[in-house]
Amino acid sequence: MSDRVFITGAGIISSIGFTYEEVVSSLESSRSGIGRLMHIDSVYKDEIPFAEVNASNNELKELAQVPGSGIFSRTSLLGLIAARQALAHSGTENITEYRTGLISATTVGGMDRTEKFFSKFLKDKNHGRLRDVITHDMGDSTEKIAEACGIRDYVTTISTACSSSANAILLGSRLIENRMLDRALVGGADALTLFTINGFNSLMILDRNGCRPFDNDRNGLTLGEGAAYLVLESEEVINKTGKKAIGTVAGYGNACDAFHQTASSPDGNGAFISMNKAFMKSGITPDKIDYINAHGTGTKNNDLSEGKAVERLFAGSVPPISSTKSFTGHTLGAAGAIEAVFSIMAIERQCIWPNPGFKTRMSELGFAPVTELNREMSVRNVLSNSFGFGGNNTSLIFSKC
Amino acid sequence: MKESCTITSYCTIRDNIAIHDGRLLFESKTKNFNEFASGLYRHSGISYPKFHKMDNLCKLGFLAAEILLKEKNLSYKYAGDEIGIILMNSSSSLDTDRNYQKTISNRTDYFPSPAVFVYTLPNVVIGEICIRHKIFGEGNFFITEKFNPSFVFNYISQLFDNDFVECCITGWVEISGNNFESVLFLIEKTGKTETGIANFEPSEIESIYNRK
Amino acid sequence: MEQLVQKLKEEIITSLNLSEMKPENIDEKAPLFVDGLGLDSIDALELTVLLEKKYGLKIKTSDEGKKVLYSVRSMAEFIRKNNKG
Repeated sequence: MSDRVFITGAGIISSIGFTYEEVVSSLESSRSGIGRLMHIDSVYKDEIPFAEVNASNNELKELAQVPGSGIFSRTSLLGLIAARQALAHSGTENITEYRTGLISATTVGGMDRTEKFFSKFLKDKNHGRLRDVITHDMGDSTEKIAEACGIRDYVTTISTACSSSANAILLGSRLIENRMLDRALVGGADALTLFTINGFNSLMILDRNGCRPFDNDRNGLTLGEGAAYLVLESEEVINKTGKKAIGTVAGYGNACDAFHQTASSPDGNGAFISMNKAFMKSGITPDKIDYINAHGTGTKNNDLSEGKAVERLFAGSVPPISSTKSFTGHTLGAAGAIEAVFSIMAIERQCIWPNPGFKTRMSELGFAPVTELNREMSVRNVLSNSFGFGGNNTSLIFSKC
Repeated sequence: MKESCTITSYCTIRDNIAIHDGRLLFESKTKNFNEFASGLYRHSGISYPKFHKMDNLCKLGFLAAEILLKEKNLSYKYAGDEIGIILMNSSSSLDTDRNYQKTISNRTDYFPSPAVFVYTLPNVVIGEICIRHKIFGEGNFFITEKFNPSFVFNYISQLFDNDFVECCITGWVEISGNNFESVLFLIEKTGKTETGIANFEPSEIESIYNRK
Repeated sequence: MEQLVQKLKEEIITSLNLSEMKPENIDEKAPLFVDGLGLDSIDALELTVLLEKKYGLKIKTSDEGKKVLYSVRSMAEFIRKNNKG
């Protein structure tokens, strides 16, 4: 028998808002963050839309409350802002009072600074500032957050592509259930970089018109950036502190699609297994799911694969489903956590978020995503999917408490 | 942990040699990883053309898993989704990141390589091993400064205790240039196996990791 | 044309890391994307990079790519048609 895992705080920064409240407001008014690239000098800035956080690194430094002279990658700045917000939201005053861990995820790490160094260094080995490289490691943003928040009991970094921060939530939950931690700050951060812009463009999966998840004419994803963290606490801590929880992590599942390094299997086998595992773990049956926040990147491959798996699992009776990537773009390593926060927001506000940009149902599927904000439904249980390259598939179930 | 587990096999690739369960399997004089990997691939006798497309991190992990699982016939004992795979390293995919970065560093000679880009994630090695051995269970990839036997023990124990896996592959897969090291362990429930190398516990994990 | 086809076969083997293949094993008219060569979607993208890098030719969409990359011969004809080979 495992202990229950409560969520007491959530922090988020993305292209649709710098705070929890701003983000909710954008979701409620269908205000997408997809637009022109402003803070990176890419050859594609006039050609391809992105979902950028509308702030320069200096502005992010101020928001993150770090010294202007400090050396921070954009990823760690985004992470610091969201992590601090989550802790403040949870009302945690004394972090050392209970065993607290930090599990942070990222895929680009400090690449935003490193790529600036490398292009100079390649031309002339006497050029390039080494201070641009010292923030490169994946663990750097994790350590910066741990230090800023005073977390020492358990600190680790997960990197499993687009499922990274969902896996951070999974691990944090498990550690609390097994009484190895009392509290965990879990989530992830990823900044936009030339590295990923060019990489995804070379795979020809960036939609020049902005992503249209689950649309029959969809043509790729939109890259985004951001960060989000949840504060997870054990039942014992909740009882002792009298804190109010905003939800629970009811279940989780992770599986490997084992089909291709980057493409998903046509029948969504890995997705089916991870969702099924989440159901088994939570004891919740598919008919009790009120809303699915899909991975829904807008690529031809993912949406078909995920769609097929969802249809199979829900035996034709698919609950309201949407992909919020048409708001925030695909935030890579941060996606799992950002969408976990959207799932919590759905429970808190009793809302089903829409899927802007959708026009035509996919010919292969029997369902269409939600297109309008829906406040009429009772939202008790939300399923959130995050599927990464390498076939790493994670599904999380959040419940009202 | 609730039920005891056993390390039923291990593979060490380090200092230009490959060892399986304490037996020297392959040795090479070369200090170059590509030559070492090609040599070990040929020695293994497998035919898997996709191997040559992998980046070095995947080649290393793939070869270590190939040796680890060679005589195990896991599919006989376990369903695909009962086998988990938990790996870690300290450099993530940095080795490949560097190669990819070269393809986009010069604005006048600008050819981002999709085949290199898809390997700029450390967990793709898990994907490659799963594709090869038809493993559909839980996978995770951790970035830590050093190999940490206690971390491995705690994490994997939870997987077994909570019935997330019936069998698990775990270990360290690290490469940077021509410095490479991989130590993989196969963990099974003690009740489900007749043979074993050692009990699954932190001191044994550490001891095997350190064996030369 | 035959020289171009031979050169292309060698370039394909190098750029796709098909180290177990020799040019004489590749049938220039046979579809490239079948089990024989084991080529996948990532290989298709690498071939578009090859065409751009070595021959200065751009493939804009995956549909155009499917036609041009059908076989070694169709690739050679595409290069020839654009007077680059």
